[in-house]
Amino acid sequence: MVKYLLLRIANYAVLLFIAVSLAWVLAQTQLHPRQLFEVRNPPLDPQSIENILRAANVSDQVPLWDRYVTWLKGIFLHWDWGSTPGGADVGEEISRRIWVSFRLVTIGWLLGTFLGVAIGAWTAVRQYKISDRVITAIVLLLVATPSYVTGEVSKMVATVINKQVGFQLFLFLGEKSTGTLPDYPLAELVDRVQHMVLPTLVLTLFGLAGLQRLQRGLMLDALGSDFVRTARAKGLRENKAVMKHALRTALIPTGTYFAFQAASLFVGATYTERIFAFQGMGIYGVDTISKQNINGVVAVTAFGGLCYLIGAILADIMVAFLDPRVRLS
Amino acid sequence: MTDFRIVEEPEILEGSPTPITPASKRLTRGQLVRRRFFRNRGAVVGLIIIGLLVFLALFGGYVLPWRFDQRDTGAYYKPPSVRHWFGTTQAGFDVLAMTIRGLGKSLVIGFLVAIIQTTMAALIGSSAAYIGGWYEKAWLWVIDLMLVLPSFFLIAIVSRGGPRGSYAWLLLVVLLAAFGWQLSARVVRSLSMSVKEREYVAAARFMGLSTPRLLVRHIVPNIASMLIVDVCLGVGYAILGEAGLSYFGYGVQAPDTSLGTLISEGALSTTIAPWIFLAPASLLVLLVMCVNALGDGLRDALDPTSISGGQA
Repeated sequence: MVKYLLLRIANYAVLLFIAVSLAWVLAQTQLHPRQLFEVRNPPLDPQSIENILRAANVSDQVPLWDRYVTWLKGIFLHWDWGSTPGGADVGEEISRRIWVSFRLVTIGWLLGTFLGVAIGAWTAVRQYKISDRVITAIVLLLVATPSYVTGEVSKMVATVINKQVGFQLFLFLGEKSTGTLPDYPLAELVDRVQHMVLPTLVLTLFGLAGLQRLQRGLMLDALGSDFVRTARAKGLRENKAVMKHALRTALIPTGTYFAFQAASLFVGATYTERIFAFQGMGIYGVDTISKQNINGVVAVTAFGGLCYLIGAILADIMVAFLDPRVRLS
Repeated sequence: MTDFRIVEEPEILEGSPTPITPASKRLTRGQLVRRRFFRNRGAVVGLIIIGLLVFLALFGGYVLPWRFDQRDTGAYYKPPSVRHWFGTTQAGFDVLAMTIRGLGKSLVIGFLVAIIQTTMAALIGSSAAYIGGWYEKAWLWVIDLMLVLPSFFLIAIVSRGGPRGSYAWLLLVVLLAAFGWQLSARVVRSLSMSVKEREYVAAARFMGLSTPRLLVRHIVPNIASMLIVDVCLGVGYAILGEAGLSYFGYGVQAPDTSLGTLISEGALSTTIAPWIFLAPASLLVLLVMCVNALGDGLRDALDPTSISGGQA
């Protein structure tokens, strides 16, 4: 079991290394940071442009292989992910933004997962009743709605509510207010909560929609299976049969999904970050591309890949842990 | 044409005193699938709406009162009215006409991407399963590799550095398809694993059929129902993927426009002119919903083990 996991992790490490190297080649050949400096007015001296680019290891006049070696040395010897064309440190920026993303997504993700599983299981038990049909229709709508639409619509609704109540109940610019806060106990906390409500709602709806569909299908399969019928036939109460026998089995695949989603959320909340002006990882990835920041975009890609692989390992462990057929073999 | 026809070989059990004639005539598979599909109201409604949207996208220029490049001078930022059903933009363009134009591009991209990526998934997945060995290992490894990378950023990098002009969206189609086939290919592979063990595949091989022919004639048709559903759901994903890229300006470029481009432009003025955002956004949601409902309906109709209910 441990040996199996270690092998998996080694395999993933090789995979990640090659994937990030490919992303690096793609970024180095497709992005042109030189353009940033050539359009400056008054024009910069070509030699000083070259010096700036060389300092960031993104000059297209240095052979690709040399740049690659420099980049690898920086990472493996000094854990230095390079700098932007402007000279700012990429690693520093990312380590700050990881926490912004973390604060943004955690509550919404947990809430979405919990509600998705609960509602999915509940609607499966009530298949084809009115409540099931209504919820399934709503979820069909939510699944088809990308988060930038949900986000914008929630902002529009919140603006109307703010006007109705006469003060700024919902705030939607960034993590917290800049400037002085009103003077009452826990003012800072209240301010943060006011900022968090809408993005959390958007992320919750997003997570809930996918999981409800998944969980409902799994639960229907489990409810129709022989062992649940046997348990009922032997006199187990319906509640207990559903909770202990059907739901537990139906949760195994959800565990994998949960692990994968946990990882992908760090770079996956890009739209929510954009709409609510959070300076997280996802929006950094988009900005690095528009600002020709090669080292930045490679670092974001590497971080995304790492998250995905951690998710994959967690999923492996989760399956091994939850499924007796795997655990005992 | 009659409603149903008798299958070539009526079921007659040997040894039974009288040949068993079924109470109702047996249906061909096509008829069965059609019946099961049309029983699903959501899927039928989805199909009808998609048909209407395709019609509008094709002939909207002749049916609608305004053209997308026609400026109504004097009607700037006008809310929906009888004159302009979905309102006008800052420059006085009709929002409905622009939305329908964007819809056309989104539909073309969605269908093209879905067809290309499913074809790739079918060929790669089935050949990996059939040939096996190193060939299979290599493809599985490539699939893992491509799943590790966050495709959104890579597509954005390439499409930003790519060519501009009126055919630039074709590059986007290729990119979306190139990062979209992996999960389907895995499913195709596991389905093909069981198909390749069948006797008729062995028979075909012993008769000297070449591998590509065997794949296309004998293995892929047997997983066709999965592929049809995959195309259908792929359309929805591709449309959302394109819209997401366009939302950040990495997708369809001017002078072309798509639902995503229109949504991102509309999002800039939601406080003064919400209709510019709401028209393309609701059309996008409606379209994806219909495609998903159609895909779900097809899956239930094509899947022999499905418990979608009702009698054949």
